[in-house]
Amino acid sequence: MRENDGHRFGRLPATDADREVADRPSREAVVAFWRDRYGIPEDTWADYTFWERGSGKIWAFRGEVPSPARIQGLGMAVLRTDGEHWKPTTNAAQRFGGLATDCVIHLDEAEAKAFLAGHDRTIERWDGDWGYLVATHDIGGAPEPIGVGLYLHDELRSQIPKGTRRDL
Amino acid sequence: MDDPLSRYEGLVDDYGAFRDACERPLPQVVRVNTLKASVPRTVRALDEAGIGYERVGWNDTLLELDTDKPGNTWPYVHGWLYGQEEVSTLPGLACDPEPGDRVFDPCAAPGSKTTHLAALMDDEGLLVANDSNLGRLSALRSNTERCGLTNVAVTKSDARNFSLKPFGGERFDRAVVDVPCSCEGTIRKNPDALDEWTLDHVEGVAGIQKGILNRAVEVTKPGGTVVYSTCTFAPEENEAVLDHALANHDVEVVEYDLPLETRPGVTEWEGDEFDPSVARAKRVYPHHNDTGGFFCAKLEVAG
Repeated sequence: MRENDGHRFGRLPATDADREVADRPSREAVVAFWRDRYGIPEDTWADYTFWERGSGKIWAFRGEVPSPARIQGLGMAVLRTDGEHWKPTTNAAQRFGGLATDCVIHLDEAEAKAFLAGHDRTIERWDGDWGYLVATHDIGGAPEPIGVGLYLHDELRSQIPKGTRRDL
Repeated sequence: MDDPLSRYEGLVDDYGAFRDACERPLPQVVRVNTLKASVPRTVRALDEAGIGYERVGWNDTLLELDTDKPGNTWPYVHGWLYGQEEVSTLPGLACDPEPGDRVFDPCAAPGSKTTHLAALMDDEGLLVANDSNLGRLSALRSNTERCGLTNVAVTKSDARNFSLKPFGGERFDRAVVDVPCSCEGTIRKNPDALDEWTLDHVEGVAGIQKGILNRAVEVTKPGGTVVYSTCTFAPEENEAVLDHALANHDVEVVEYDLPLETRPGVTEWEGDEFDPSVARAKRVYPHHNDTGGFFCAKLEVAG
């Protein structure tokens, strides 16, 4: 097994059986993660290739390029797979979280503003799975994902990156 | 030079109005990122947030916001807005890419044209966004991801030596060459823009511009489109650069439409004569449409 080269994009193998780089997740596992946890349909990813750059940082690119690619960015970083539980990025939650049917927590406006500012909040109404949830609020006449929160022990912990946090 | 703009007294009609316009600040304009939200939904969100806006008459995706901090709004946080002055949308409109095209953006950071091109492409096809500076690349990546783009490959190189190798060697359908320039046209946004102006700088940057346009033409397919733009008035950086490309490549400057009042490219400047077809380029002056200054030309690669 080869090691992951953190400076270049390595394409994810189709399945675990095709794996050539140690610990690299497969495309099949990534697609299954979005489907099983969030209910995002598999065909959402039909036109996408998945790549790893950095340890466990997974990127989704709508198209094909030769592999491995030594470039600066390829589509969007969508997932971290290096922790105990896989974690969607804020940008992925915003772009694809609207397709989610499960593990979505809807916030009122005060909760949404606190979430965006990076504050943790006690929210006792959630009776679904713990872990990383897509947080939404209403804007412009419909719900829209803001980002990802970690729900544990009746508390929603904002995972909005520091540079994105705002006090509106 | 104390007053670089005085060079253009003979080029600009109603020079007094031109100078007056250059003194006025520019309004805060944003473009709606239609990849993430429609214009009606965005204006509804602005209404809900109590943020005033006016439509920019010639382009329905542009809004003049009644706030000096558009970044501190929900629509911005969702990636529905991009701060972009009106004239900076012209290269994307002139390029007019279609979903599925391969498009090259050699001087991409911080990303206003890249995100506009991706929206016009409906996030389908390949958009290669290149820049030479690591700090600016970081801003570019952050903007493309905030806007939800997934068809963009970001590269770091001197655009004059751009390599097609990471992309299988296949050439592009279109390119938007929005080069570094002396920025005379940005004086309304940045009153210090001309403090460091020298003719040496204009001539030096023109050499870089020729090199970048040269490479963009080389990596574009026969029959493909290359848009060349600057935010400056200097003919050395505009028509003279096009003239250089026309002399060295099998390309032509072609007519195109823009929904703004413009003036043709100049064919003579300080004793130099340029290829007559550079008149098909468009000059945008601040007093005609109450915008920044701009230059934009559309070229077609022969084949």
